[in-house]
Amino acid sequence: MVKRLLKDLLARRAMFLFTAVPGVLVFLMFFGLYDRSRSILALHSFPDLLFGSSWFPLKGQFGLYPFLMGTVWVTLAAMILAVPISLLSAIYLSEYAPRRIRETIKPVVDLLAGIPSVVFGVWGVLMIVPLVAKIAPAFGAYSTGYSVLAGAIVLAIMVFPTIIHVSLEVFASVPRALREASLSLGATKWETVKHVVLRKGLAGIIASVALGFSRAFGETMAVLMVVGNTPIIPKSPFDSAYPLPALLANNYGEMMSIPLYDGALMLAALVLLLIVLVFNIGARAVLIKAERKAE
Amino acid sequence: MGFRQRKAEEMVFKVLMIGSTVIVTGSLLLIIGTVVVKGFPAMNLAMITQTPKGGYYLGKEGGILNAIVGSLELAGGATLLALLFSLPIVLYINLYKRRKSRLAVFTRFALDVLWGIPSIVYGAFGFILMMRIGLRTSLLAGIIAVALLELPIMARAMDEVVRLVPHSLQDASASLGATKLETALHVVTRQCLPGIITAILIAFGRGIGDAASVLYTAGFSDRIPGALLQPAATLPLAIFFQLGTPYPEVQERAYASAAILTLIILVISLLSRWYGRKFQKNSIL
Repeated sequence: MVKRLLKDLLARRAMFLFTAVPGVLVFLMFFGLYDRSRSILALHSFPDLLFGSSWFPLKGQFGLYPFLMGTVWVTLAAMILAVPISLLSAIYLSEYAPRRIRETIKPVVDLLAGIPSVVFGVWGVLMIVPLVAKIAPAFGAYSTGYSVLAGAIVLAIMVFPTIIHVSLEVFASVPRALREASLSLGATKWETVKHVVLRKGLAGIIASVALGFSRAFGETMAVLMVVGNTPIIPKSPFDSAYPLPALLANNYGEMMSIPLYDGALMLAALVLLLIVLVFNIGARAVLIKAERKAE
Repeated sequence: MGFRQRKAEEMVFKVLMIGSTVIVTGSLLLIIGTVVVKGFPAMNLAMITQTPKGGYYLGKEGGILNAIVGSLELAGGATLLALLFSLPIVLYINLYKRRKSRLAVFTRFALDVLWGIPSIVYGAFGFILMMRIGLRTSLLAGIIAVALLELPIMARAMDEVVRLVPHSLQDASASLGATKLETALHVVTRQCLPGIITAILIAFGRGIGDAASVLYTAGFSDRIPGALLQPAATLPLAIFFQLGTPYPEVQERAYASAAILTLIILVISLLSRWYGRKFQKNSIL
């Protein structure tokens, strides 16, 4: 008997230690990346690095601004495409679709979420890049197809599942009685959606968009393969860009052979982590609050 | 607004909604369709039975067996490691603590935040960790990075199932004199087994498909990794490298490799879905 209790006690202690891992890991990642980027932060100030626009590692110039803008452009363009489509689909699935259709489409969305980003990249190269090259002249621009727009289209599809999944949960948490009250007052279904469901779920919807944004912001391989990777600030959707994650993925090879290069790349990773953390923590906090309110 | 106008607005939005849903569903079919149509003609037996011979990336003989096996070993190892951490975490926050306790809420929050961290950052962090403990790019370093990436995915998926176990089941077990540990291992884990296996499969699928986290850590090699400290090729990176060559015949192989990877992912997804459903019937949840 004592042995069994002892085992239970030991297990309890050990499991508590394991449970500390996720929380500690977030901090560990932050401090690890910070520690490795100290070499470069000692020589240049953080704003100089973040907003400097010349990137010549061999001359010791590490301005991250073009890459930051590359990420921001691609991500924003992707969100413009993804948000309306995802939200409209989520509303349809949650409010309008017959059960059978909903139960068929949900697994498809899950499947979409499971497709590896390299496969998205291959598909982008095969289909989206040539398409963008073809339509660019219609807008009076020349493009190789490897562009912000190509990256945005591929990314948009990649964030569909995130936004749809989270907003479906948000819609499901709106009480049925509220909808019934609205319908019984003579509102049409769409008016009920517009004035009741969307209004009630607004905070959650914003959170779902923020989660989609941060997912898009850090996406690496798929974007890298279709976006062109030239370190200039893009001026139109048909220009190529060089996002921050692509910078990290392309240069791990020479990182250790050029002084300060590894510090600059780790700083880039740190910036990426910080931006994603802000969006994630904000969105999750909103969702937890909304969930509590619903109970 | 008149009734007709209100109805018209409803119709317009309904059309938009159905259109959007078609776009979402259609894009999945389009992606899988394109990769399969482009990939299968380039596929041959040598691709999945041979390692790259000299000059493979110039269009010569060989296959990507090194990457297929490398990916399976890497994702397998990472999934095992992630399981070793996820299971205790999930059991602890659901059984030892009240489900709404501060620790449980905080841990879920931390897992969700971890879930949102991009895989390239896991790669960079894995790299730092690897330098700290004196490893080189190797299968082991890749396993560690991918395990960290898989941890939140697996733990959250498991948590969704374990938190549904009724309290009465735990009480029944306790009233028979079982300790919490015995309840956790013999009652709860068994009860949730299908959910746990589904979580494992989901995490495995994510692990095998991820490229950015192994870029920094696993290296690349034309040989099948035989030990933990050897560098390992992975399927996503093999696709990436083959597509990056200027030779059309090698690019064709990238399409074929992408088709193989997609196939693996589809099988895993369907397996986890089928498995989850099969056991749902026997469950008392």
